[in-house]
Amino acid sequence: SNDAENTAAHHRNTLQFNTYSHRKQLFSVCVTLSEATEEVSLDSPERQPILSDGPSPVITPVTPVMISSRADVFDRSPDQDEDEEENRDTFDIQISVSDPEKVGDGMNAYMVYKVLTKTSLSIFSRDEVCVKRRFSDFLGLHSKLASKYMHMGYIVPPAPEKSIVGMTKVKVGKEDLSSVEFVEKRRSALERYLLRTVKHPALLKDPDVLQFLESSELPRAVSTQALSGAGILRMVNKAADAVNKMTIKMNESDAWFEEKQQQFENLDVQLRKLHASVESLVCHRKELSVNTASFAKSAAMLGNSEDHTALSRALSQLAEVEEKIDQLHQDQACADFYLISELLGDYVRLITAVKGVFDQRMKTWAKCQDAQVMLQRKREAEAKLQHANKPDKLQQAKDEIREWEGKVQQGERDFEQISKNIRREVGRFEKDRVKDFRVVIIKYLESLVHTQQQMIKYWEAFLPEAKAIA
Amino acid sequence: PHPRCFQESGSWFLTTTPLVRSVSVDLNNDASLVIDIPDALCERDKVKFTVHTKTTLSSFQKPEFSVPRQHEEFIWLHDTIVETEEYAGLIIPPAPPKPDFEGPREKMHKLGEGESSMTKEEYAKMKQELEAEYLAVFKKTVQVHEVFLQRLSSHPIFRKDRNFQIFLEYDQDLSVRRKNAKEMFGGFFKNMVKSADEVLISGVKEVDEFFEQEKTFLLDYSSKIKDASAKAEKMTRSHKNVADDYNHISGALNSTAADNNTAFKKHLEKYAEVFEKLRKLEDRVASDQELKLTELLRYYTRDIQAAKDLLYRRARALADNENSNKALDKARLKGKDIAQAEENQKQCLQKFDKLSESGKKELTSFKARRVVAFRKNLIEMTELEIKHAKVRRLKCCVYHYMFTRQCSGSHGKPGNMREF
Repeated sequence: SNDAENTAAHHRNTLQFNTYSHRKQLFSVCVTLSEATEEVSLDSPERQPILSDGPSPVITPVTPVMISSRADVFDRSPDQDEDEEENRDTFDIQISVSDPEKVGDGMNAYMVYKVLTKTSLSIFSRDEVCVKRRFSDFLGLHSKLASKYMHMGYIVPPAPEKSIVGMTKVKVGKEDLSSVEFVEKRRSALERYLLRTVKHPALLKDPDVLQFLESSELPRAVSTQALSGAGILRMVNKAADAVNKMTIKMNESDAWFEEKQQQFENLDVQLRKLHASVESLVCHRKELSVNTASFAKSAAMLGNSEDHTALSRALSQLAEVEEKIDQLHQDQACADFYLISELLGDYVRLITAVKGVFDQRMKTWAKCQDAQVMLQRKREAEAKLQHANKPDKLQQAKDEIREWEGKVQQGERDFEQISKNIRREVGRFEKDRVKDFRVVIIKYLESLVHTQQQMIKYWEAFLPEAKAIA
Repeated sequence: PHPRCFQESGSWFLTTTPLVRSVSVDLNNDASLVIDIPDALCERDKVKFTVHTKTTLSSFQKPEFSVPRQHEEFIWLHDTIVETEEYAGLIIPPAPPKPDFEGPREKMHKLGEGESSMTKEEYAKMKQELEAEYLAVFKKTVQVHEVFLQRLSSHPIFRKDRNFQIFLEYDQDLSVRRKNAKEMFGGFFKNMVKSADEVLISGVKEVDEFFEQEKTFLLDYSSKIKDASAKAEKMTRSHKNVADDYNHISGALNSTAADNNTAFKKHLEKYAEVFEKLRKLEDRVASDQELKLTELLRYYTRDIQAAKDLLYRRARALADNENSNKALDKARLKGKDIAQAEENQKQCLQKFDKLSESGKKELTSFKARRVVAFRKNLIEMTELEIKHAKVRRLKCCVYHYMFTRQCSGSHGKPGNMREF
């Protein structure tokens, strides 16, 4: 988008970023969705993901509606799942986060970002919508999505991390390189976050998401501490802890889950290691840039000192070449960082979300178990009351049994549904993973080719100068 | 011609077919005395260079011969030449620095220790890297020792030096005794005095326009080239660090692939391959830059010092000359020891004139030599940079093509092959 390009051009002047900010957004992959969405009848559950209270779907209009209650998307039929997978071909949506603007002064200041959505999807009210959002708005969105969907086994993309240090510098008004870099890093992260979120077929249709993207006014997200990425992580970890403290270890009848869980544990470790190596690469590339610039200055001084005219000129030109190459190193460090390092960082956080849904499943199972235990107790209590001649209490006991029978059934259904959801989610995750990495590697290779191309140009221009030394 | 480096039971052996040594140029133009170091052997701490001589000069016993020499023997040769009074008016070729295998040796140690905990592939890979590092250090040290000898052999006066001939020809161990404490400290003191005498060089009133200019130039250039040499070294080290990181990334990708059993696995393995190739190329860039740029600057830092030493000796002679004049005046005043003072003054003047005359020649040819060497190295470095960049561009294009071909349908954006 033009806006993104202008912003990035501005960045380029201050930060000397080059190809990556101003070229296409990192993830401007067209998110393709089911063509069938248009044709699905109004009363299919797919159209109103979050409104049903009971088991039967309710007919609702298409326009997004604000909901506050918990979603009951458990009742998706299996057929829709398959449709989803096949039909990722026609519609698209493009989102860009740009033009960071500081609002206010001092410690109360905050950054506002422009969120531009371009889409042909009909669930949106316009083709092109532009809104202004601040960081806590994003956190608020994620918190809502997490609370609605995580317990159902949906992998909700994590929001970017809060950073007190980074933001303080910006608030205090330091216009230095590190603050500018921080804002750019955050802008990029927010963009990737939104793109990942809308890539999820259920989340795309979520009213909260739609409101976030379209509504000009958004109620201020309250208590951002609880909503921070770290806060969500804590929630997830608490679930994990609860699982670990479970006295009855889940009887895993499905080997798939055991295997997958182990795989994700391993992947977590591997990705962290890989991420650390890439961070080291970024660091060393920046050092290389600094050292090249430093050498360039030194070569220029040497050229000035050199009393042989032709050699002196060649050394000065060598200094100029090295300065240009320093710029290339900086560009490459950007690519290293924004393409690969951030991708890995995103996936490390995603894996946490994945592990979270597995833990949710365990929690669901535990709940089911608890309900069964309760039911058993109620039955025992009823049996005792049979011979006690207390008709009121007996009726109550029978009512309670019915209540808990219902809960057990619901629990079993929930468990079955979350297991099914996770299987589907993991399948989608694995497919997306392959695509995401490939897209990034392709762009990285492009960055390398571009850098080498420039290098060839610079050195080929220098060669006659070196030969001219006589 | 490509150098080979291999290992046999703890020792490392390097053979090099005549690589073009370009730190100093045109040193083997005179066929009457041609010297090179065709191979070297590294046993534990000791490096044995094979010094090979081909000559038509009758002062040698045979037309072609080789002797093994260690680094200490090179230093002995250098020191005896420095201490030769006759050569005071010449730029003494700088002594080659001690071979530094510390880096590869540390790595070899790690390799030995970690052998049991590594897979066969990891071990083989590390061994290969180790060989490459040894080779790099070898190349540097052979180059620098060879150039030292070639500077001597191509110089009309040094080539006739008796000790030089012994060094080349004597097929037994020179039994160079290690410097005793007095000699070591003597040397230290001498160095201390020498840098103090930089003040002397600048302080002494210069009568000769040529030397005045040279003095100004050398003092300034010396600090600039030392700085440039240090900065180039840092730059080269950064390249090596980047190569190392590529190495770790490649390894981590392979580890991740090993644990994976989905479609992702094959992709990861391919990506690991990409980073491995990037590593190799970055390594090559780093080592070529080191040989052509960093080593060049290091060498000329030492050579500039040798030129400064010449200036120092001449300044000393000038000071002595002035002192002898003063002494003569004093003697004439007192009417005592006049003849002695006259003789002393005559000798000092002669020495000073000789130093000035030969010094002028040396400094002029030094400039010419320096310019030629810089030209050659800058050209070669540039050509190598272009070559490496082209190879890297090509390899990235190939991988890019491969990965974009995998794209079926409209998922993802096909790469801009046309741009390339």
